[in-house]
Amino acid sequence: MITLKVNGQDHQVDADPDTPLLYVLRNDLELNAAKFGCGLGQCGSCTVIVDGQAVLSCVTPLLLLEGKQVTTLEGLGTVAAPAPIQRAFMEEQAAQCGYCIAGMMMRAQALLMRNSKPTDAQIRAELEPNLCRCGTHMRILRAVHRAARLMDTADAAGDRSIR
Amino acid sequence: MAGQLRIITGIAAVVLVAGAAAGFAVAWRPSIAAISPPQPDTFDPAMVKRGRDLAAIGNCNTCHTTQGGANYAGGLPVPTPFGTIFSSNITPDAATGIGGWPEAAFVRAMRSGVSRDGRQLYPTFPYDHFTNVSEADDRALYAFLMTRQPVQASPPANQLSFPFNYRPLIAGWKLLYFHGRDVPSNEAKGAEWNRGAYLVEGLAHCGACHTPRNALGAERVNAQFSGGQVDNWHAYALNDTSHAPVRWTADALYAYLRHGWQADHGTARGPMAEVVDNLASVPDNDVRAIAAYMADISGAPAPDGKSGADAVAQSSPADAAQAAPAGAAIYAAACASCHESGRPLPYGGINLARSTAVTSPDPRNLINIVLAGVGAVEGERGPIMPGFAASIDDTQMVALLNYLRARFGKRPAWDDLDKTVREARAAQAVSLAARDVPAESSQRGKP
Repeated sequence: MITLKVNGQDHQVDADPDTPLLYVLRNDLELNAAKFGCGLGQCGSCTVIVDGQAVLSCVTPLLLLEGKQVTTLEGLGTVAAPAPIQRAFMEEQAAQCGYCIAGMMMRAQALLMRNSKPTDAQIRAELEPNLCRCGTHMRILRAVHRAARLMDTADAAGDRSIR
Repeated sequence: MAGQLRIITGIAAVVLVAGAAAGFAVAWRPSIAAISPPQPDTFDPAMVKRGRDLAAIGNCNTCHTTQGGANYAGGLPVPTPFGTIFSSNITPDAATGIGGWPEAAFVRAMRSGVSRDGRQLYPTFPYDHFTNVSEADDRALYAFLMTRQPVQASPPANQLSFPFNYRPLIAGWKLLYFHGRDVPSNEAKGAEWNRGAYLVEGLAHCGACHTPRNALGAERVNAQFSGGQVDNWHAYALNDTSHAPVRWTADALYAYLRHGWQADHGTARGPMAEVVDNLASVPDNDVRAIAAYMADISGAPAPDGKSGADAVAQSSPADAAQAAPAGAAIYAAACASCHESGRPLPYGGINLARSTAVTSPDPRNLINIVLAGVGAVEGERGPIMPGFAASIDDTQMVALLNYLRARFGKRPAWDDLDKTVREARAAQAVSLAARDVPAESSQRGKP
């Protein structure tokens, strides 16, 4: 049994230490926001946040995660109460097929937690590991800027922090 | 008594004045009068094109362009043991660039490291190599630079400690170390080798990174190409002390320099990625010439069988795992799925038994690559690797490095790994923080 801290909760997981985090999130914990894309850390659809930084969960085995805090998209907000990053992506209609979007939001969230006012160039550089095949990049870019502004407003105060 | 004192004072004054005059004679260079920037259409387009290729071989943009900044507009901080020097603006802007420079001033700067106004230039501008560039090539480079978009930009002031902030001292440095190094020539080696020698020792200035420097920052001539330091990376030895598990050949070097990776050696990264990025667009003959000359520098294939890719052996996984069990588990879970996939480069990871990063006496390149990965090059196909900085902590990193060294490096463990890992991570954090400067309101996107 391995203890894994996800979205603020401790989970006892019965898995080999070399199991990729993504498999545990989806199969054991039924947190299905993070997607399996390439399985090789080349597409970004499995991106989650570990201790405040974007991590590719498909190439991160459990044995690296002892004592660390994992955050998935489910930890940011809910359908009823979406987090600023989720609201911004919806308002900009940034998803086409949507497969990459959870990963995009997690990496953008990690960026906004350390840089509250990123430039276009910084967002592009940050999101470079995350691929979108539908071509909604311009909307994604706008959504990240919108999320930065949402996080700045009073009603969303505190939402830059994560559980 | 008073007379004696007067004589001593007099002698001291004469010595001081003579010394100052000698120093002045050594350090002083005349200013060359500024011109109004020449019109781009006054330059021969063929010459401009040749200058463009030469600028790529000279890697001018790497130092004279900041990340995300205008091409050749300067301002890049170059860390040195003496402080930070900021690269100059070499666009043809009259006020802040070299727009006012006549051709003669440009040639003089390349030849002898003196600015148009007569100031001594710091040898971070590698004129110890550029002095070997022919006047015809200097003129082509001038034509190329003077036909770029002028950009008004002044670099920040250099941050150098005393006495290094006193430019006339550079003249003394030149007396010691700047002797207009010759380009080796050898008719028996053929035209390609000689062309390669001209490029490598001159414009391409390979030794600026790959040759170690002495306490005053000059390349150690008796240790040419035995490996140097640049920007927290180790520039590998390229001579016969190379640690490459597979010997470099001219063909392998050509492929590596042209495409940025080679199946027996892996991928260019760090500062070398920028070099191969530039070399991707220069005439084929010149890349072949550089490869031929450097293959000769690296020496004949060793008789012990290290010449063939098949000769790459590794320790048994079991022995290595015994040496570093925690590292073995991390390698198996996080690395092997790409590095042992059997997919050919660039789509699979290199067999680490072929990686100079693992056999090198300096572990920094391997640490950098595990932390940051290999990023995609814009507009290019090429290998990419995810970075593990966020998911691997320092203890896990050290365990992984010890395992890789034991299994694939087959050399004694690296010393002081904890410290080197901490330093590499700190250096990476600094460069990330520099990238994260928040936007001005004018740069913010509109909804």
